[in-house]
Amino acid sequence: MKTNVISEADLKLGRYRIDPEAPLLEVEDLHVEFRIEDGIVKAVNGLAYTLGKGETLAVLGESGSGKSVSHHAIMGILDTPPGYVTKGSVKFRGVELLAPHKKTGTLDHVVPEIRGTRVAMVFQDALTALNPVFTVGWQIGEMFRVHEGLSRKAAKQRAIEMMDRVKIPSAKERVNSYPHEFSGGMRQRVMIAMALSLDPEVIIADEPTTALDVTVQSQIMDLLKELQQDTGMGLVLITHDLAVVAEVADSVVVMYAGRRMEKGGIEEIFHSAAHPYTLGLMKSIARPDVHLERLEPIMGSPPDLLDIPPGCPFHPRCEYVIDRCRVEIPELYAIDEHHSSACFRWQEVQIHV
Amino acid sequence: MGRYLIRRVLQFIPVFFGATFLLFALVFVMPGDPIRALSGDKPLEPAVIEALQERYNLDKPFYQQYAIYITNVMKGDFGTDFRGRPVSDIMKTSLPITVRLALLAFAFEVVIGLTAGVIAGVRKGKFFDSLVLISTLIVIAIPIFVLGFMAQIVFGLKLGWFPISGYRDGIYSLLLPAMVLASLSLAYIARLARTSLVENLRADYVRTAKAKGLSTKRVIGIHTLRNSLIPVATYLAVDLGALMGGAIITETIFNLPGLGRAVFDATRSQEGTVVIGIATFLVIVYMIANLLVDVLYGILDPRIRYE
Repeated sequence: MKTNVISEADLKLGRYRIDPEAPLLEVEDLHVEFRIEDGIVKAVNGLAYTLGKGETLAVLGESGSGKSVSHHAIMGILDTPPGYVTKGSVKFRGVELLAPHKKTGTLDHVVPEIRGTRVAMVFQDALTALNPVFTVGWQIGEMFRVHEGLSRKAAKQRAIEMMDRVKIPSAKERVNSYPHEFSGGMRQRVMIAMALSLDPEVIIADEPTTALDVTVQSQIMDLLKELQQDTGMGLVLITHDLAVVAEVADSVVVMYAGRRMEKGGIEEIFHSAAHPYTLGLMKSIARPDVHLERLEPIMGSPPDLLDIPPGCPFHPRCEYVIDRCRVEIPELYAIDEHHSSACFRWQEVQIHV
Repeated sequence: MGRYLIRRVLQFIPVFFGATFLLFALVFVMPGDPIRALSGDKPLEPAVIEALQERYNLDKPFYQQYAIYITNVMKGDFGTDFRGRPVSDIMKTSLPITVRLALLAFAFEVVIGLTAGVIAGVRKGKFFDSLVLISTLIVIAIPIFVLGFMAQIVFGLKLGWFPISGYRDGIYSLLLPAMVLASLSLAYIARLARTSLVENLRADYVRTAKAKGLSTKRVIGIHTLRNSLIPVATYLAVDLGALMGGAIITETIFNLPGLGRAVFDATRSQEGTVVIGIATFLVIVYMIANLLVDVLYGILDPRIRYE
């Protein structure tokens, strides 16, 4: 655990001052769109969540639900053009990260100081996410060289320490290897070592286990969990894998077509889901604790983000659809303190769980 | 790596024999009689012709001529032209000029081509990018001899900036021909560098580099450029080989007494020994350049292994 004494350096973030009482991340009403030739792809339409210290939040959704893109925006690594943040607010420990651009009116990420140092990201496929032409030691060491001004030699030493910390065997020998010389699981450990190197307060893990086989998946999740317990950092886990969510998350945000469908604690989402989409996700996977005659897929396919259906974006695929769903976007109904659902009929849905 | 190099060098041997044999056959089937061509309109005595034919082994069958030639080459004797000047002497005087021209052209390609390509890639879709794309397209579309004459007229005659012919002013007289010689590859390199950079800027590892909190300068200058330059560097190495031997047109237009000119003159006067000698030398240069490319690939891209 980190000490509770907050140093002056810890409170300084570029030209901003951190509020020690504020949560790690507060995302509000985040909107991201891609302006392409065919039109405007509305990738994220009002994401919101709060991440506290030591918490694990799972952002759950199918591909194209905006879960990765929204976090690129939070990190300030969105490809602009074509991607723009059009609305919303992202606060890191009370410091607002977004500010309107003078000419375009879209929102720019204005606190690059958080990147890598306070908020770090772990990407999905470490083989392509690591630079193929530099050794892993060089790539991990780069964090120390660039951000802490260490010499090559000292940075390499720190890289070895980081590799030890993520349990890469014989780190001393492997520090001069290239990413392609590692197995998938070890490569992902290198990614994690790199993200952890400057002791960030938040780690955003974008499908960190998707490219790995199942046994390695749980090793990586265990590692992340363990590191989180050691450091007290907040973890945002972007995933479509319910098993991973069940294993590590404290709370869950379910996304669909760039919108929040449901949010709640892990227990509530798994045992008293109040949104037909969440329910559909639960029914479509095999679970050891629930006996099912057959798995039921969610019929249809995710909407074209160039042309999101009016009303609730899920209504064309929804079993609970009523006329109101086709015209009106449901607000997020509070079910209890932490649990809310964007469905007009959440009460009926919850009865059927 | 060592075994790979040895194998590659051993491969030079069949390529050497194949290339010389083909060259020899091509020179052998060239129409006309080089001996008769020597004397112009005045016919030679049959006895003189016979003596000359015997001296240059032209009376013997093709395979025998080839065998004699190869045996001599092995001993380091590349033969002489019809005036008795050793081919090795011709190479000795013309090679330095060609090497200087090639290196100068190479420098233009690297400095101008690469810079233009990288800037265009970074500013994809902006004015400079379009300028590079259009101007390189024009250069690629125009044959080199047209470019050569245009350069002579504009920069030599009209503006008077550069000498247009000969090698009297040393390096200075090589500037304009080197620019013309470089133009085509320069255009290709600019485009290759641009495309490669644009492609790599979309790569996952570039996003990782940004997420690491690195400056844009570092993301592009170190992470992206290093990967983008792999195809460019290998193209450059092949091109260095091509530049050494490919300057026939440029050297002729600008009247530079280099290897290309020597080959051109020898072909016109049917000096088979000279043509084969120089062409064989160029084949070897080309093979070495190719080997260099393959080794360079492995150095630049650690994913490549030699077997």
